[in-house]
Amino acid sequence: MSSENAGEAKFVDERPPSLVRQAFRLRRTQIGAVLALMLISVALIGPFLAPFGSTEYVDLPNTLSVPGTIFGTDYFGQDVLSRFLFGGRTILILAILATSIGITLGTTLGLTAAYLRGRADEAIMRALDVVLSFPQVLLSLVVISMFGPSNVLIIFTVGLSTTPRIARIIRGAAIGVVERDFISAAEALGESRKRVVFAEVLPNVTSSLLVEMNLRLTYSVGLIASLAFLGFTPEPNAANWGLMIQENRVALTEQPWGVILPTTALALLTIGTGLIGDGFSRVSAGIDRGGKGE
Amino acid sequence: MSNAAGLRIVDLRLNVVATGNDIVDEINLTIEKGRVLGLVGESGSGKTTVGLAVLSHARRGVEVAHGQIFCGDTEVLGLDSEAKRKIRGGLVSYVPQDPASSLNPALRIGLQLLEVLEAHNFGGSDEARKARIKEMMAEVLLPTDDEYLERYPHQLSGGQQQRVGLAMAFACRPSVIVLDEPTTGLDVSTQEHVLKTIRQLTRDHGVAALYITHDLAVIADLADDVAVMYSGRVVEQGEVSEIFKNPAHPYTRHLVAAAPDIASKKSIVGLAGRAQSPGKRPVGCAFAPRCELAEDACRVEFPKMVSVGGRQTAACIKANQKVAVSVASSKAMSTRTRGEPAVELVSVSAGYSGNTVVHDVSLTVRKGECLALVGESGSGKTTVSRAIGGLHREWTGSIRLNGRELKPMARQRAIADRLAIQYVFQNPYGSLNPRRTVGDSIARPLVVDGKSKSGARQVVLDVLDKVSLPGSYANKYPDQLSGGERQRIAIARALVSEPEVLVCDEVTSALDVLVQAAIVDLLGDLRRQLGLAMLFVTHNLPLVRSIADEVAVMSEGRIVEVGPSESVIGNPQQQYTQSLISATPSIERSMR
Repeated sequence: MSSENAGEAKFVDERPPSLVRQAFRLRRTQIGAVLALMLISVALIGPFLAPFGSTEYVDLPNTLSVPGTIFGTDYFGQDVLSRFLFGGRTILILAILATSIGITLGTTLGLTAAYLRGRADEAIMRALDVVLSFPQVLLSLVVISMFGPSNVLIIFTVGLSTTPRIARIIRGAAIGVVERDFISAAEALGESRKRVVFAEVLPNVTSSLLVEMNLRLTYSVGLIASLAFLGFTPEPNAANWGLMIQENRVALTEQPWGVILPTTALALLTIGTGLIGDGFSRVSAGIDRGGKGE
Repeated sequence: MSNAAGLRIVDLRLNVVATGNDIVDEINLTIEKGRVLGLVGESGSGKTTVGLAVLSHARRGVEVAHGQIFCGDTEVLGLDSEAKRKIRGGLVSYVPQDPASSLNPALRIGLQLLEVLEAHNFGGSDEARKARIKEMMAEVLLPTDDEYLERYPHQLSGGQQQRVGLAMAFACRPSVIVLDEPTTGLDVSTQEHVLKTIRQLTRDHGVAALYITHDLAVIADLADDVAVMYSGRVVEQGEVSEIFKNPAHPYTRHLVAAAPDIASKKSIVGLAGRAQSPGKRPVGCAFAPRCELAEDACRVEFPKMVSVGGRQTAACIKANQKVAVSVASSKAMSTRTRGEPAVELVSVSAGYSGNTVVHDVSLTVRKGECLALVGESGSGKTTVSRAIGGLHREWTGSIRLNGRELKPMARQRAIADRLAIQYVFQNPYGSLNPRRTVGDSIARPLVVDGKSKSGARQVVLDVLDKVSLPGSYANKYPDQLSGGERQRIAIARALVSEPEVLVCDEVTSALDVLVQAAIVDLLGDLRRQLGLAMLFVTHNLPLVRSIADEVAVMSEGRIVEVGPSESVIGNPQQQYTQSLISATPSIERSMR
């Protein structure tokens, strides 16, 4: 019997490296990762390094040169650096949890719609379009002003308002995958629908999922910070980057650090996660394939 | 007609820009005016690269390293980009493989034809151009009325679209035309029309045509000369009759031996190994690793073209030694005792959302036998096979497995029935989950059946051995394998549950002819060893003669003729079958 592999002992095809590994070869992804990691460590480790408590009275308000502080005191006489070091954790955790909810729901709904097609597809996607028709900030504001700000509520509103966007992207990526023969092959074996969706389709949309995850995390950080800026936080005086900007913007000329520090942090964090997401999307679209980054 | 050269390619080499590796090298071809040169080779052999180079175009990441291409007296590679743009469609034109994607779906065909003429300032006035369009439409045997020219591409059939493509290509009276597999997606009867049109137009207008294809029978039917490419080099060229009657290069001999022919019951023979990609090609003759005549001298440098006699030349140091290449199959064709029915279809009708496309089909696939279901695209053959496999919801009638009635969908069927009928899909690039190792893919039917993963492992290794792949392949991913290897994996997955029935849906249509022969060989062996009942769905009539015991011909959702394959194809009774067979190009018939 003939075989095609007899003459190809030396022919070993290298598998292309995984999407994540390829993405991290790009300069932009590396820079993004460094920025994001920096800010994430500030947010997570910061509270342990803070010289003062997050709501501790230190000196007269809006004073720049206070002994024992680097950036002076804020509008309430609290240490700016300590407030800054405390203020990232909540935003980050809320954003990550909200994004996880959005990703889980959005992916499930998107994959289900793509796989079932027909009426189920229409029903799911049109229902999500209703949610999508409200601007995300507006929707969150309405819900939070109705029920009062609580962390759980913020997580769910942000997560649920993110869901339709993720569902659309995932459905778009999956719609081509469900047409392929390996899906028919699984159906011919009588695999359950759940298994076909999660074990056959899902692994083939991971690149879109990674890109979308990063993008949505970036937006969620911004959204949750905006909500805090607008005063929607469970504790009115809790340290929170968004809230800090709001509190200290009045005294911008006398004590700029109270605004500069949280603004810079939020900017760098979103730029960082944004760059990572951009790196993933470039690699999955093949734009920079083979290049060394620019 | 003058015999001056219409197209002359001199010592052409194209490189991958990033690595400097050659994609094609040492290409020397001459096509006289009014003649068709068929450029054949497997996928990846560089034939399209050469074709595009004639248009002075190289794909992204590819560059011309050296060489000259003369279209008439004009050397096209040295032109600046403005001049290149002018000659394309004018002096030299191109007909791509897929007419559906090469015509703009948003523009009426009349307008698209007009654009070509305007771009090249052909004809002085709009009236002259309109007249030329009508003339062209008549030449490609399409209606010339205004209503027809007002149509959009999607309102035309595939064959009509391709003829519009031909009209566009011939519109400005080019002296050279490059046709890149223009009939690959077409049915045989449509293909016959298109080939006739091409032959007529090239002869009448003295055009030098470069016809790129992997289908030897089309070349035998259409072309005057042939050049065979392998791994980026031309290994043999000459007149059609010389090459097909007396192939000198071992690779050509294997190609001819692997091509099924409708004119005879021929056992087709595949060949081990595969051509290497640029940068991995061996020193010396690229075919040496697969060649049974290879000796040390072959591995030193690429052999020079030597004359074999007449106009035939071959790049092989043994071209003039008439050493027999072992291409004859030792396998005797099966002598049959009729098997028990495995799958029976009784008046099955099937459709999509209320439209019936399959009418009253009754078929019997017997144990140990191969039934070929043939028909043109849209005849309903795939719908029938999907209904058997439990992948089609809307059907009525009765499908029985060993006398047991089967439910419509696979999920509703008993697990034993699901495992007993296995489906092998057309496209091996789509039928394996790219995110899973092939070992996992193969083991899946066993896991569904309740076996443990570790228990399945040994069975996977056994079944890989059955399809002639080493056990190490279990850890590979589909993208590490060639098309033929993937199809072997797909077959292995189908075999792992020890099925009784194998439904093969166009399983070789995405594969090169040598690989196709090897897969057909494998399927034949498995059928004999395991006593499988096989339904082989295909549009490839010549192949049917080499593989099937029985054949059922389908047209417009109905079975028009059924019987032993030798009698149906050798002596068809129905008019439809007769026309199908006479439209199918054949090497043997063309060489008579």
